Amino acid sequence: MTADVRFETPASAKEAALLLAAADGHGRVLAGGTDLLVQMRSGRIAPKLIVDVKGIDEMVSIRQESGGWRVGASVACMELVRHREFAALFPAVVDGANWIGSIQVRSRASMGGNLCNASPAADSVPAMMAVGAVASIEGPNGRREIPVEQVPTGPGKNSLEPGEILVSIFFPNPPEHTGSAYIRFTPRTEMDIAVVGAGISLTLDQQGVCTAAKVCLGAVAEKAIVVPEAAQALIGTMVDDAALANLGLAASAAARPIDDKRGTKVFRTKLSGVIARRTAQKALARARGNI
Amino acid sequence: MLKKTEVAMNPSELIGSRPVRPDGVPKVMGLAQYGADYELPGMLWGKVLRSPHAHARIISIDTSRAKALPGVKAVMTAADMPDQAFAYQGPERVQLNFWHMTRNVMAREKVLFVGHPLAAVAATSQAIAAAALDLIDVQYEVLPHVINVEEAMRADAPVLFDNLFTRGVEPVPDKPSNVTRINEIKAGDIDSGFAKADEVVQMSFTTEPVHQGYIEPHAALARWGADGQCEVWSSSQGHFVVRAYTAKLLGLNVSDVVVHPAEIGGGFGGKTVIYLEPLALTLSRLSGHPVKMVMSREEVFQATGPTSGSSMTVKMGVTRDGKIVAADGVFKFQAGAFPGSPVMNAAMCAFSVYDLENARAVSYDVVCNRPKAAAYRAPGSPIAAFAVESVVDELARRIGMDPLELRLKNAVKAGSPTIWGPKHAHDGFRETIEALMNHPAYKAPLGPNQGRGVASGFWFNGGGESTATLHVNEDGSIALATGSMDVGGSRASMAIMAAETLGVPYESVRSTVADTASIGYNFLTGGSRITYATGMAVVQACQKVIEDMRARAAMIWDVDIESVVWQNGAARPADPSVGDFAPLTLKDIAAKRAVTGGPIVAEVAVNAGGQAPGFSTQFCDLEVDPETGAVKILRYVAAQDVGRAIHRSYVEGQIEGGVVQGIGWALNETYIYNDRGQLENPGFLDYRVPVASDLPMIEAVIVEVPNPNHPFGVKGVGEVNIVPVMAAVGNAIRDAVGVRMTALPMSPPAILAALDAEAVSA
Amino acid sequence: MAKHHVSTTINGEPVEFLCDTSQTLLDVLRNELDMTGTKEGCGTGDCGACSVTLDGELVCSCLVLGAEANGKAVQTIEGMAAGSELHPLQRKFLEHAGLQCGICTPGILMAARELLKHNPDPTEEQVRYWLAGNLCRCTGYNKIIEAVLDAAREMRGESHA
Repeated sequence: MTADVRFETPASAKEAALLLAAADGHGRVLAGGTDLLVQMRSGRIAPKLIVDVKGIDEMVSIRQESGGWRVGASVACMELVRHREFAALFPAVVDGANWIGSIQVRSRASMGGNLCNASPAADSVPAMMAVGAVASIEGPNGRREIPVEQVPTGPGKNSLEPGEILVSIFFPNPPEHTGSAYIRFTPRTEMDIAVVGAGISLTLDQQGVCTAAKVCLGAVAEKAIVVPEAAQALIGTMVDDAALANLGLAASAAARPIDDKRGTKVFRTKLSGVIARRTAQKALARARGNI
Repeated sequence: MLKKTEVAMNPSELIGSRPVRPDGVPKVMGLAQYGADYELPGMLWGKVLRSPHAHARIISIDTSRAKALPGVKAVMTAADMPDQAFAYQGPERVQLNFWHMTRNVMAREKVLFVGHPLAAVAATSQAIAAAALDLIDVQYEVLPHVINVEEAMRADAPVLFDNLFTRGVEPVPDKPSNVTRINEIKAGDIDSGFAKADEVVQMSFTTEPVHQGYIEPHAALARWGADGQCEVWSSSQGHFVVRAYTAKLLGLNVSDVVVHPAEIGGGFGGKTVIYLEPLALTLSRLSGHPVKMVMSREEVFQATGPTSGSSMTVKMGVTRDGKIVAADGVFKFQAGAFPGSPVMNAAMCAFSVYDLENARAVSYDVVCNRPKAAAYRAPGSPIAAFAVESVVDELARRIGMDPLELRLKNAVKAGSPTIWGPKHAHDGFRETIEALMNHPAYKAPLGPNQGRGVASGFWFNGGGESTATLHVNEDGSIALATGSMDVGGSRASMAIMAAETLGVPYESVRSTVADTASIGYNFLTGGSRITYATGMAVVQACQKVIEDMRARAAMIWDVDIESVVWQNGAARPADPSVGDFAPLTLKDIAAKRAVTGGPIVAEVAVNAGGQAPGFSTQFCDLEVDPETGAVKILRYVAAQDVGRAIHRSYVEGQIEGGVVQGIGWALNETYIYNDRGQLENPGFLDYRVPVASDLPMIEAVIVEVPNPNHPFGVKGVGEVNIVPVMAAVGNAIRDAVGVRMTALPMSPPAILAALDAEAVSA
Repeated sequence: MAKHHVSTTINGEPVEFLCDTSQTLLDVLRNELDMTGTKEGCGTGDCGACSVTLDGELVCSCLVLGAEANGKAVQTIEGMAAGSELHPLQRKFLEHAGLQCGICTPGILMAARELLKHNPDPTEEQVRYWLAGNLCRCTGYNKIIEAVLDAAREMRGESHA
């Protein structure tokens, strides 16, 4: 690390965006720092400006709004995990937040950082996608809102323009009888990066028939993906074994992983189906609990 | 004149108890000083420039731009250290060659692995030192590299050294190769042995390098005096060995170097060698300042010793009634960039738990473009045991015999042959098997996809050179010093043995580790030798003090020394005829020291032989997730003959810790190289050592068959516990889901692939 | 550019220090403030040896910038004992031999203390998962887990089980 780095602690998202815009691509947002500091240490990045956003109230608060909940982009995972009302409505997101790193890392790492860092294996991203989360972005031209799946564009790349900053994430209240879950596979029980992750939300009617579903996979493509075919395998069924088997097939078919140090292509493809099925079962149990 | 030591068959309750360690409080308060915690006035920070290439010739190194950077006080290359003569030294299985060692600490003609040091700088801050590295210009001629052991043995493989001709073959080859040595040891006639077999199993295995994974990165602080007197503070497993190697590589007398033993944050064999010390001293010489160097975790993984990866083939034969009649093994080990893998240990240990008439073990030591292998817990033996104990498990299956029963039928005992020469001199192995046979959980039922695996292991244990000094302080308390680095509680075990021998309370003994200028030579802490050999020096020092006490009491009472005995911490008349004297305690005699001859001090140096080997037998219960290949360890029971436990908690801790390292080796730990010879997982995120939530409680079963050569029966405890683990896990996987894993790590993708292959072939 | 002037509280004492932006809290503690009880095992948040608390949250100090500590309260291993009176966790680690080399111990003690604040009666599994971010290579974790469970019992006022 070099010593020549500016450090700013703006009080508003607008101010943060202006600082970043002026830094001409050499500025970085410091939320939890769990990715940024590692990247700086390794020499992969050498920012000239660091903008610590934890003094910006709307970026560090969890608030109920009409129609849903808004979570500041730099709210730490541990804070989210401890928020009982939020956890009851969006269990998949809490599952995802709970998987990231260790307690120490979760005390700092944020949903916004996880999303913008754009690792294909980010644990919170398929979970947020599954529950229909929307990113709220401040920039030189004001605010814009996009579905979270449009934020990552590839490994380490996101769709934010220079000078833009992710401020918060809005989670729409789920319909009645909805359950969601996120499960990942890793070689160790903790302290690991997802080899495959699945975030699933599904909604049942009074009879237990699945009326809506969203299936998202992480770590099997250049970014987290939505798999509509897998959701279709559930919709209209009682989420029985046959439907789950079809879900698994669709998930494996949609996976387009690579071989890397964390898993082989063959392994990831196969596990996509297994993990999607297990996640659906967990989401189903939660949805049934909500009937 | 010391009497011959007798084993205390019924020592007091102090032996085998669990007192708080002397160094404990500073460690829980954050006050203990490890290598990176020392600093000196005017200290500079040193950093190392490392090779980005796996194999390249160094054309030139231009340090001028780095030297010109403000804040940079010194830049060094190998040219700033003397070269060494090419000569192998020391016993065959642990040979040193300083021509290699100096090139390992800093490359000369070539870089031989990614991360190989080739220059170093000292600067006023870490940031400036790091910036200076970027200003060193190196011209390379990049050469083809080789990572894998089998590939390195091919005739067309890139050759690392043109002065390396395979040793151990006649005639000596006229072409250099990467095979540094071939060795064969054998007993009996394997062909006639196999002819008697009803079942023969032959399988081939591979293992990957694994790192010792100590949490403390290497660190050294060094000060070169203007008078040539040098001091080093570093964390190592042996500060006397650090002194010897550092002095040798820098052309100094050992008396010119004082090494202070910092607390060590884990070593497991990996801190028996030097990396930073000669660099820090050279930078200190060039700059005139003390220099501190601390490796990053990435540097630790890239450039310090993992153990070897291997390729092995083992063939064993058994009769229907369970007699193993022949064994044959070929063991090929990666040495890394310089010769000296633990493959000869592996060959010697491979079949050493079995009473075999006919056996052969052939070993190959092979260099390749990886960091040089360093010792890791029973170096060599766990690798060989993965192969041998997997084959033995298959033999048991073929003849339908319980795997413990098969091992018991063939277990060595005192008098059994070894294939490397001397007969076994000690029992202890059978007792570990029987301990598991009698364990209530061994017959416990298992559920679906669950399996139980058994394996055993052997390790030589160690003796060797140690020194202890003992001072009876003015108030009768004891200052005990050794020169053996304490890696996991040995100060406590030394204090226990001293207190027991002297008959004084544990709390009255202060047990420390002295620097190289303050005590006689101690070989390094490794080979499970400290409680045995250093412990022997401690006990003999106590006995010497007791003789002194008796002499002083005799002087005070004006009687013959034979009339004085030492019991329960006091000199007493040998019998009533001697006279009616009140006992003289240590405290009493210490108070009269000036009039009875002055300070009461003993120093004892030993070169301990007579060590007894370690035996371990273990079983593992686990469950395989057949859809993901994930393994969950459900139960792990490890029985080990330790001779006698001195500090019971730290004996258990060695067993528990060794088993868990083995579980990591079995399931997930591995070095992953890309096609450019770069390590892809040089961090704890992707080099996956077990975390707390991966494990159940490990059950250590302490078996005590005392070693008659040690005053308390100690054999050693640190190493053999890791030897059986990979095979026990593999055998349990075989039991659970029917696939035989022959490659480490047995990671989820590997197990799932094996299950899929099994399903296709079924 | 000029160093940052940071005002913080460490183990209850007001502390001011100067640091560069790129210096981590771990760098500052160890190299500027001579508080070497906090250890560096990896520098990337993967081993937990540098665990401290920042405004009551358990963090890896290698993943916090020194400048971020401004106005915050930091607790380190050096503040765990009350003077020379050991914290029950520290005592139990000694009694149970919950350390061999001891390099991971400060971080594990900090993490365990936070666990017991949130959950005074954890199960073995909860202790294992909470401590998953703290690597120990020596002990196999048995005695660490036992020490934490026993300390929890004592702190709840229960007798030794």
